[in-house]
Amino acid sequence: MTTLDVVLWGVLPYVTCAVLVGGTLWRYRYDKFGWTTRSSQLYESRLLRIGSPLFHFGLLVVIVGHVIGLLIPKSWTDAAGLSQEGYHLQALLLGTIAGISTLVGIGILIYRRRTTGPVFMATTKNDKLMYVVLVAAIVAGLATTLLGASGGDEHNYRLTVSPWFRSLFVLQPDIEAMSRAGIAFHLHTLIGMALSAVWPFTRLVHAFTAPLQYLFRPYIVYRSRESGTASRAPRRGWDRV
Amino acid sequence: MKVMAQMGMVMNLDKCIGCHTCSVTCKQAWTNRGGVEYVWFNNVETRPGQGYPRRYQDQDQWRGGWVRTKRGRLRLRAGGRFRKLLSIFANPVLPNIKDYYEPWTYDYETLTNAPLGDDFPVAQPKSLLSGKPMSVEWSANWDDDLGGAPEHGESDPIVERIRRESEDKIRFEYERAFMFYLPRICEHCLNPSCVASCPSGAMYKRVEDGIVLVDQDQCRGWRMCVTGCPYKKVYFNHRTGKAEKCTLCYPRVEVGLPTVCSETCVGRLRYLGLFLYDADRVTAAASVADEKELYQAQLDLLLDPDDPEVIAAARRDGIAEDWLDAARRSPVYKLAKVYKVALPLHPEFRTMPMVWYVPPLSPVVDRLVETGHDGEDVGNLFGAIDALRIPIEYLAELFTAGDPEPVRTVLQKLAAMRSYMRDVTLGRPANDAVAEAAGMTGAEILEMYRLLAIAKYEERYVIPTAYEGQAHELEEIGCSLDVDGGPGMGGSGPFGEASGRPAPVSVETFHALRQRQTSDDLVDPGERGATVNLLNWDGKGRPAGLFPPSRTDHPAPIGTTEPETRP
Repeated sequence: MTTLDVVLWGVLPYVTCAVLVGGTLWRYRYDKFGWTTRSSQLYESRLLRIGSPLFHFGLLVVIVGHVIGLLIPKSWTDAAGLSQEGYHLQALLLGTIAGISTLVGIGILIYRRRTTGPVFMATTKNDKLMYVVLVAAIVAGLATTLLGASGGDEHNYRLTVSPWFRSLFVLQPDIEAMSRAGIAFHLHTLIGMALSAVWPFTRLVHAFTAPLQYLFRPYIVYRSRESGTASRAPRRGWDRV
Repeated sequence: MKVMAQMGMVMNLDKCIGCHTCSVTCKQAWTNRGGVEYVWFNNVETRPGQGYPRRYQDQDQWRGGWVRTKRGRLRLRAGGRFRKLLSIFANPVLPNIKDYYEPWTYDYETLTNAPLGDDFPVAQPKSLLSGKPMSVEWSANWDDDLGGAPEHGESDPIVERIRRESEDKIRFEYERAFMFYLPRICEHCLNPSCVASCPSGAMYKRVEDGIVLVDQDQCRGWRMCVTGCPYKKVYFNHRTGKAEKCTLCYPRVEVGLPTVCSETCVGRLRYLGLFLYDADRVTAAASVADEKELYQAQLDLLLDPDDPEVIAAARRDGIAEDWLDAARRSPVYKLAKVYKVALPLHPEFRTMPMVWYVPPLSPVVDRLVETGHDGEDVGNLFGAIDALRIPIEYLAELFTAGDPEPVRTVLQKLAAMRSYMRDVTLGRPANDAVAEAAGMTGAEILEMYRLLAIAKYEERYVIPTAYEGQAHELEEIGCSLDVDGGPGMGGSGPFGEASGRPAPVSVETFHALRQRQTSDDLVDPGERGATVNLLNWDGKGRPAGLFPPSRTDHPAPIGTTEPETRP
């Protein structure tokens, strides 16, 4: 366990978490107007309608896979009678299908973004950075999934990465376990942390306001006018020009 | 019964000359920004024609509005809540920018930079979306005045529907063509399907006046509202990624001013006023089985503001006295419910739209005059209304879900009014039989004539200002430090120039406009020396704050205030 291990697996996760939570709160408080999907469907629909669901649904399965792999201890699945081989088979199958559809989806979306004039014009530097980190995370993740299939304890993330991940929440980071994981897992985790850190400052924030409440609210929304006239109480600041 | 107030509009299509002044002033006021270049909260389309965006009325294609299920319940045509969330990553029926039109500008710089030569330099059109040169092929009013109708006219969804029934009924040959203009804004529906479609709950109907708005801070750009609105009057700002729509100029309406489109309408064909309606019965009325009964169901929702029972219920539900008074004087209520000459646009979408239209009679009259008949004789007119079945069927598809009867009744009333008023104007004895033929009395016709023909500003726009309970907030409360010589002198706040809370824009606009409309002279001493919004000032009148306060009361002798301290 070197100093680097301590910094990477003992300090960095908490820094990332602070940036993610703090950044999200800050963004929500100060930039509600910028909190949107910034959809480009108005410009181009044909490719988006293939790429976007492929990417997003793939990603949802990937998230479920992460939750299962990281949060559920190996002992539980063992107790449930799921053998190591059986677990690997389903993780490989599900992970590969989801990972590839996510990758193909984002591939289509990036191709569309680059080749459709108006969509490319509407792409900011922020978006470009986000795409680099996002694609890197997906590629590294897919690599770990395929590596995990090759067997061997160093590729069994449920003995290394997962205990470390769970230990983070009780503020007792199991740095030693994480340092035993393979380089691919280290890389994927680092990129994942980078993605979490930039998340609040990119368009990805729209994921945090997934409108699940739509299922439960009445169709027609009524709201009372806020007191005063016009839109809202004037705030301190520059005079309007 | 739950009484709610709704700000509504009526447009008299007989008077619309298609000048687009409403569209232009609306655009100048609301959508002259990046991201909404293609957006017209108010647009005027020529009927027959495709409309804007193209063929928006074809709900088989665009899936807007509500449908009635077999069990008699209402469902969004584009699918219920689950379906919406499952298709949230790529809306299956979002209009493309090309269905509106690709906004462009011109490369004006070449006009000044082009080298000397024999040819005149040309400013090329350039797309505002991609920045590339483009060829301009479609725009919001490409088929204005039936332009290109022989080619595009068949794409009008209503023409298509009527054609299905009879091959012969609609023609675009010059001799047989007809047209009229249809100005459109957001309908501010009682049962808005855009609001129901918004997954984030960012769209809402205001309790006080029924205006449908988008909360810009809560909108996440899922763009389901664009699909949900069958009139395609919610637009997606492609720069900000948020939905935007007609606001019924709520900052103006709140202070009693008509909307920009109404204020600037050259033909004075717009009416603004209140409806009182029973909110408890809206869903039931929108779920009526027969589409052709939707118009009547919508009428039945509107409550009589003179009925003591309604007044008592309205008071109970917190509607202020001045609003009740405005509802009693409401021109839109009279036109829609009392005279029944205004009809809703596409009631079959089941959204209960609150912008109503008096259908045009003029083509009928013109046609009669052309064929050598007396265009204002009531017998001829009544006969012509039936004989000229083309406009009636077309109008019925627009306003009454295809039922020609209500449209015929309205046109007969308008024809009777013309005939009756001609006798009055020529000093002949008024012929009450004419009125009775249209199911009205002479007195009613006179009243309706007054409202439709000569009503003044205050009669066309009966808009109650902000609520009595909030009235004091409209007054600008003077700063306690704003005394002569005090630190607040000259409109500065306690922390120097422009500190403290600024006056709300609506209040400032209201005062500036009132001053402009009421002042005859160019100089009017102001009291407050604060700032003034020059955008609201057109050179007439002197809004408060344009110049520092006058010092003529205690003139400072020149040369005494600043003693010379030359060494």
